[in-house]
Amino acid sequence: MARKGDVVINIESCKGCEVCITACPNQVLALSNEVNSKGYHYVMKVNSACVGCANCAVVCPDAVITVYREKRKQ
Amino acid sequence: MAENNIISPENLVYEKTSVLTDRVLHYCPGCGHGTAHRMLAEVVDELGIQGDTIGVAPVGCSVLAYYYFDVDMQEAAHGRAPAVATGIKRTMPEKYVFTYQGDGDLAAIGTAETLHACNRGENFLIVFINNGIYGMTGGQMAPTTLPGMKSSTSPYGRDVVTMGNPLKMTELVAELPGTCFVTRQSVHTPANARKTKRALKKAMEYQKQNKGTCFVEIVSNCPSGWKMTPAESNKWMEENMFPYYPLGDIKVPS
Repeated sequence: MARKGDVVINIESCKGCEVCITACPNQVLALSNEVNSKGYHYVMKVNSACVGCANCAVVCPDAVITVYREKRKQ
Repeated sequence: MAENNIISPENLVYEKTSVLTDRVLHYCPGCGHGTAHRMLAEVVDELGIQGDTIGVAPVGCSVLAYYYFDVDMQEAAHGRAPAVATGIKRTMPEKYVFTYQGDGDLAAIGTAETLHACNRGENFLIVFINNGIYGMTGGQMAPTTLPGMKSSTSPYGRDVVTMGNPLKMTELVAELPGTCFVTRQSVHTPANARKTKRALKKAMEYQKQNKGTCFVEIVSNCPSGWKMTPAESNKWMEENMFPYYPLGDIKVPS
């Protein structure tokens, strides 16, 4: 089974470009209805299917995503 | 909850590199510059050369690159980054020097500096961001604008009879004996961004071996200048830019 992952999003730096949404293989990310202090709809996690592949973080132009993935079980 | 346990320092797989400052990038949403900056910063981080790297910023959208890279930076006059980098590299040959230039800077006003620096085989890295338009000044036609592509100064599309053909700088410098590593990449998908990072890393390693000029073109999007959403602009780039500017290595050292 794939290892579980999680993302932490710096919503104040997010510009809502949606590049990460198209890059995610499991449709974990979506734009929020709320806006940040700059008026951008920021990206947020909408389900728990994240596997920690870091694709979203690699393509994020503003480097707002930090990715975690659980260690392999011994 | 199990999910909360995942977010802990030992499970970290990806975070923003410390070679980029915490300043928020001024680029438009979805612009490839941000990803290109990060790939270059990660290479500097991984090679452990942060203290020995000197960057030269251009004029154009990336004019403020010196705010974002936490390395020594020098701003050059429009198009003159390769000339400034030549001076820096010749006085301090042990340093890693790179220039970061857009297509208006490198392929229009700075053509002479670029070609002569590559022809002399100066030992630095040129990062060339090609989005086929002058982004900073409002989407005017650049030498790299595609035939038929609309811009604010070619509102009916670029007519090659009166406005000339798009300039393929990367193919041009690959012909010069001074260059050692010439490649064209992009940063719009995770796979392409990772390939770009590998290319930049190779280029920095060749620089250490004093092999000649390394030239990495990154085909990028300009959502604001092309008047598209970031996702549409990436798709448009794949369909229109890549046939004219095919990705891949053009010259590799033997």
